[in-house]
Amino acid sequence: MKDYLLFVCRIARMSFQGTWRFYAWMTLLSAISLVGLNAYARQFVDGLATTGLTNQVSWGAYIANFTFLVGVAAAAVMLVIPAYIYKKQFMHEVVVFGELMAIAVIVMCLLFVTVDLGHPERFHHMMPPFGIFNWPLSILSWDVIVLTGYLFLNLHISGYLLYSKYRGRHPTKAFYIPFVFISIVWAVSIHTVTAFLYVGLAGRGYWHNPIVAPRFLASAFAAGPGLLILTFQVIRRVTRFWIGDRPIFTLRMIMTVAMIINVFLLGCEVFTEFYSPTAHTAAARYLYFGLHGFHGLVAWIWIATVLELTGLLLLVTRLSGNFLGLNSACLLCFVGIWIEKGMGLIIPGFVPSPLGQIVEYAPSLNETMVCLGIWGFGALLYSWMLHIAIPIMQGALREQRPSAAMSP
Amino acid sequence: MAEKPSPVPQTNRHVYQPLSRRSFLRGAAASAAAMAALAAALKPLLALEKGELTLDALLQKHYRRMSPEEIATVLQRLEQECQRAHGVAAQIRDLRPLPRVQFACALNLTRCVGCRRCAHACLSENNQSRESETDLNMSYIRVLELDKGEMNLETSNQYYNPETVPQKDKYYMPVQCHQCRQPPCTKVCPVQATWQEPDGIIAIDYNWCIGCRYCMAACPYDARRFNFNKPRIHPAAINRNQDYLSNRIRPKGVVEKCTFCLQRTREGRYPACLEVCPTGARVFGNLLDPDSEINYILKNKRVYILKEEVSTRPKFYYFFDP
Repeated sequence: MKDYLLFVCRIARMSFQGTWRFYAWMTLLSAISLVGLNAYARQFVDGLATTGLTNQVSWGAYIANFTFLVGVAAAAVMLVIPAYIYKKQFMHEVVVFGELMAIAVIVMCLLFVTVDLGHPERFHHMMPPFGIFNWPLSILSWDVIVLTGYLFLNLHISGYLLYSKYRGRHPTKAFYIPFVFISIVWAVSIHTVTAFLYVGLAGRGYWHNPIVAPRFLASAFAAGPGLLILTFQVIRRVTRFWIGDRPIFTLRMIMTVAMIINVFLLGCEVFTEFYSPTAHTAAARYLYFGLHGFHGLVAWIWIATVLELTGLLLLVTRLSGNFLGLNSACLLCFVGIWIEKGMGLIIPGFVPSPLGQIVEYAPSLNETMVCLGIWGFGALLYSWMLHIAIPIMQGALREQRPSAAMSP
Repeated sequence: MAEKPSPVPQTNRHVYQPLSRRSFLRGAAASAAAMAALAAALKPLLALEKGELTLDALLQKHYRRMSPEEIATVLQRLEQECQRAHGVAAQIRDLRPLPRVQFACALNLTRCVGCRRCAHACLSENNQSRESETDLNMSYIRVLELDKGEMNLETSNQYYNPETVPQKDKYYMPVQCHQCRQPPCTKVCPVQATWQEPDGIIAIDYNWCIGCRYCMAACPYDARRFNFNKPRIHPAAINRNQDYLSNRIRPKGVVEKCTFCLQRTREGRYPACLEVCPTGARVFGNLLDPDSEINYILKNKRVYILKEEVSTRPKFYYFFDP
């Protein structure tokens, strides 16, 4: 126990030590988070009228970002599977970066759901015995379970491995290997359950479609590895932790396959919606071509489509064999999928409304700042975790004080 | 591509060193700046009105878990809040469902002329928030104008504004909560803040709703409204005869909807929309009473259910005169 307290103290001190670049980066991210907090404080006082939401489009940017990020969190499993199932040693070295990212991203997800609530202070209404948890009927209650479960799984696995390393001990397999395998299934479940949030609503034809969950997973396993590839290069450039090319190109392969499946499923969806257009395809028509003179999403979805197709083209050809091509592909796919999940999946579910009304949605400035703040906070959290984890993984931060010979 | 050799691990001598005076002062200055920035970010919270967040409200139990005494205390507190916030002495009751009653409503599309008086009567009865007397955004009733010869909702218009109604080539279809027998809205609520009462009415506990709006996404009839703002209602326009589950003034951040005016119907009166209808297009009554007018309509008229394919099994029917 005393050892653990010392560990916490050392982490606390580590958190505030670094180069001027580290200070500048963390100050910038803190400032962005505070701008978001300020915007949220305004929303808390004035209500959700500070957003662009309406009675017709009752979910918007918050839920869209939430949905997208659940996928990014799930994608950590794409490091775990090669490392633990296919036993690739070079993936073992970086798998903890994926788990830490999952932690930061799940925290962002929970924040996005919280800021979307009209009464966040009533959160305890969900917690028995005082509250009522509508499980198993409400899919939202399933989502709460799988998301917090996934958060704790990743906290446990990465926390245990890092602490063992700090103590200079071999981790006991029984304490983490079972959880690693649970986390693989769990990762798939978080995005599936999140898809079921929408698929379960029979009144919304655009969402009531079994392909939504597989598409969620395919797009997530493209966007998540894309972000990991970019992050790995930043890590090896700005920290002293060298990540080789092999994990990066393994992720490229995974991302390529996921992207091919994603675009194939998109094609299936487009065919169903447009070959025999019915009343249920009004949302898709609004999304791609506009409806009755309203075109709010058309530019977004075509930008997303072009980004994704270009990204796919780069991935399947040798153009992504070098880092310039690969990074462009990652960026294109990440942004493309982000737009498609938000403007392309959530909003058209509400347009036209069940009574055929077309009310367009665009996020307000305050709403955008809240979103920006959460993204900034997520980056802050991840940077902080890396700042602690890397010295531990390299053996620089460990229980025993360094001997004189070790110090430069 | 060749793998680069691993660089020399970074050592963190500072972590193991005692704190120096200089680094302590620097740290203290940075912390002070950070706290000041945090306080500045949270400044808008000062605008919270007194009484907006109270311990009593936070610890209030779910409506269906409160004892009669607890409900009495809550009703008293809500009346005081109404007095303080709006300067109006409201009487808030807790009317219980009548035994052997299942309410249902039917609407005669041949008679409806699209005058929207029902939508306005709904506002004056149910104390919805509104910017002006003509603001129907929060009314529980949406009247759709449709072209004769079509029933495609996508071509409907809610904002029609001709000199006179009905227009010759149009017909009109009011839509409100259908009080479904298989309600998708109550199923999805993560905290059971909305449920079906024994008399079939779908109710909401406004003090339990967390404002996630999942029920709004689930509703196929666009029947639910969300309080994006603090309630805005002219004190003179407030209906003082209120009920806990229906027309008491809603706080911001919760969902509301038609309750078949349970503050009236549970006393044996008609809903406000029916009373005001100039053409008598609306029929309301008890499904369990074989002699009720609603049962006569269901047995003898050509009855139509909106979006029957969603299998919500509404207790709201449309019918036509021959």
